[in-house]
Amino acid sequence: MDVMVAENWVKDIENTAHRIRLRVFEHVLKNNGGYMSQACSSSEIFASLYSKIMRLGPSIAPLKPRKFQGVPSANNPNYFRGGEYNGALLPEYDQFVFSPSHYALVLYATLIEVGRLAEDALDEFNKDGSTVEMIGHEHSPGCDTTTGSLGQGISQAGGFALARKLLGETGRVWVFMSDGEFQEGQVWEAVAAMRHYHLDNVGVYVDVNGQQCDGVMADVMTTEPLAEKLEAFGARVIKVNGHDVKALVEASEYVPDGRPLFVLAYTNPTYCLDLLNERRPILHYLRFKSPEERKRYEDYYNEVKEKMLWRS
Amino acid sequence: MEIVTRPHVQNFIEWAKDKPKVVVLSADLTNSCEIGEWSKTYPDRFFSMGLAEQNMMGFAAGLARRGFYPYIHTFAVFIYRRPFDQLAMSIAYPNLPVRFIGFLPGIMTPGGVSHQAIEDVAVLRATPNMTIIDCGDATDVETVLDVAQAVNGPVYVRMLRGEVPRLFSKDEPLVLNRARVLQMGTDITLLSSSICTEEAMRAEKALRERGVSITHLHVSTLKPFSDPQVLEAVNAARYGVITIENHTIIGGLGSAVAELMAENGIGKKLVRIGLRDTYAHGASKQYLMKEYQLDAIALVHAIEKLLGADLNITEDDLEKVHIAPVHSLAKAEAL
Repeated sequence: MDVMVAENWVKDIENTAHRIRLRVFEHVLKNNGGYMSQACSSSEIFASLYSKIMRLGPSIAPLKPRKFQGVPSANNPNYFRGGEYNGALLPEYDQFVFSPSHYALVLYATLIEVGRLAEDALDEFNKDGSTVEMIGHEHSPGCDTTTGSLGQGISQAGGFALARKLLGETGRVWVFMSDGEFQEGQVWEAVAAMRHYHLDNVGVYVDVNGQQCDGVMADVMTTEPLAEKLEAFGARVIKVNGHDVKALVEASEYVPDGRPLFVLAYTNPTYCLDLLNERRPILHYLRFKSPEERKRYEDYYNEVKEKMLWRS
Repeated sequence: MEIVTRPHVQNFIEWAKDKPKVVVLSADLTNSCEIGEWSKTYPDRFFSMGLAEQNMMGFAAGLARRGFYPYIHTFAVFIYRRPFDQLAMSIAYPNLPVRFIGFLPGIMTPGGVSHQAIEDVAVLRATPNMTIIDCGDATDVETVLDVAQAVNGPVYVRMLRGEVPRLFSKDEPLVLNRARVLQMGTDITLLSSSICTEEAMRAEKALRERGVSITHLHVSTLKPFSDPQVLEAVNAARYGVITIENHTIIGGLGSAVAELMAENGIGKKLVRIGLRDTYAHGASKQYLMKEYQLDAIALVHAIEKLLGADLNITEDDLEKVHIAPVHSLAKAEAL
């Protein structure tokens, strides 16, 4: 019986992941471009975080995304935070820090699939006056801080985690990062500080897809061996197959021992979208070069849609 | 003139006593920023962040978002140069109540170019949501904390340490966006900030004796810059306006005054005294103030230029400058 229950939740999360991937694919076709490979690599991570790993309260933001109400300032009472989609931050609830905001489309699609954002919210994507920005900032759904400048999320998460310890809160701080961010020196400063202050209430999920804007990370600037480097900094590191939902979730179940947790989720940036392999090594942003190419992707979408739905 | 020894040390300890949400972040310059005693008094509220300013900005942001008031203590130069992106995106954009206490502003350190914050005001004036306060004496140092704490948003303070003169009455606290009127006159309006106010005061007597009538305002708030007293004083100057600052003349007090004058259609001459689009080098404060013409005699020359007259004032006519010994108990332990 227990096994059956376990298999059910894994299947559910896998289904959610495929729906995220497909929703992003649909949007990329409709929009004539977008961050596709990020959805291929990270959908299981996002689905696992929002379905099982993070302990979040119900969203306190409207299902339909709000219009942009101005930047934060002492004189702007209308300012709101996209973190409201992750629920009220009560002491026992977890907090989510979304670091590589180029993954915003994947985050929005996840919020839709888990019922925190309206079905048609992506219609607002990258539209003038919308908060559903192409690169999410703290007014964008699901974004709690401003992190588009890569490598800054983890330090802010460190501050959150330290604050939670000082406040005696039991909720954890979960961070989503991309492996490219580990090229930023600030990230290593943050790991050292989190270890120094025993911030074992932080868990970082890293999409190790081996890709960055200029191409393959091993060619642009190697960060491997990432696990060994993090361990040398005093972190607790778990390496998993980033498309294995069960492994992703199990990595979050740990007894705190003073070390920040890093789950290195090794992923395939063309997962479930084999056609995308023809564009390697540049996968950062999918833009169709001709109507014919777009048509090929459309046909492929119809083909994999069935396959993914069958799988799910 | 009263010289106050390390005014920030005890003042900050007393001030923070009943403010449990005030925390301090330090980047390996704890004693150099006069918070060694603070860290021993409130060890649970003091966080050593190591030589890692970029990460320190993010930690401060996270703490501030959860109701704490992080007082970052480091040298002014390490607040805005290396971690500017983090300062802007993690703290200034979300308008978080982080207080940057920046020591050794301008040419105040013999540490040379790597340690001299000479364009900090320019950079941070251009940063939205930022408030900038430039301390000029011990009273400013002792009363700036209440002012900073009351601001809804990030505040950058150019702080003074060691032996600090008291130029302003102890019972006249610093007020946000309000200049201190030190002298009223009719010929020239002089606006000074930071350690240059003391320099300007050294020349006061000699100028008065030669019949030069000056309105002198000490400007402690560089952003916002909308004090009606400043506009009024600038408007009333017969021969022109002079600014003197411990900073490059581009983007600091002089620029702020130029903008104010232009926007209000005040067609008067403006002489900006400060570093003239140059870096400095490692030497004593007195030496650098003379070399880069930020001192009292430089002010006299600027006044002569505006008046078109030779005032026949030499160094001997100026009041003596207080020079702290190179090695003294009042000096911080390290650069």
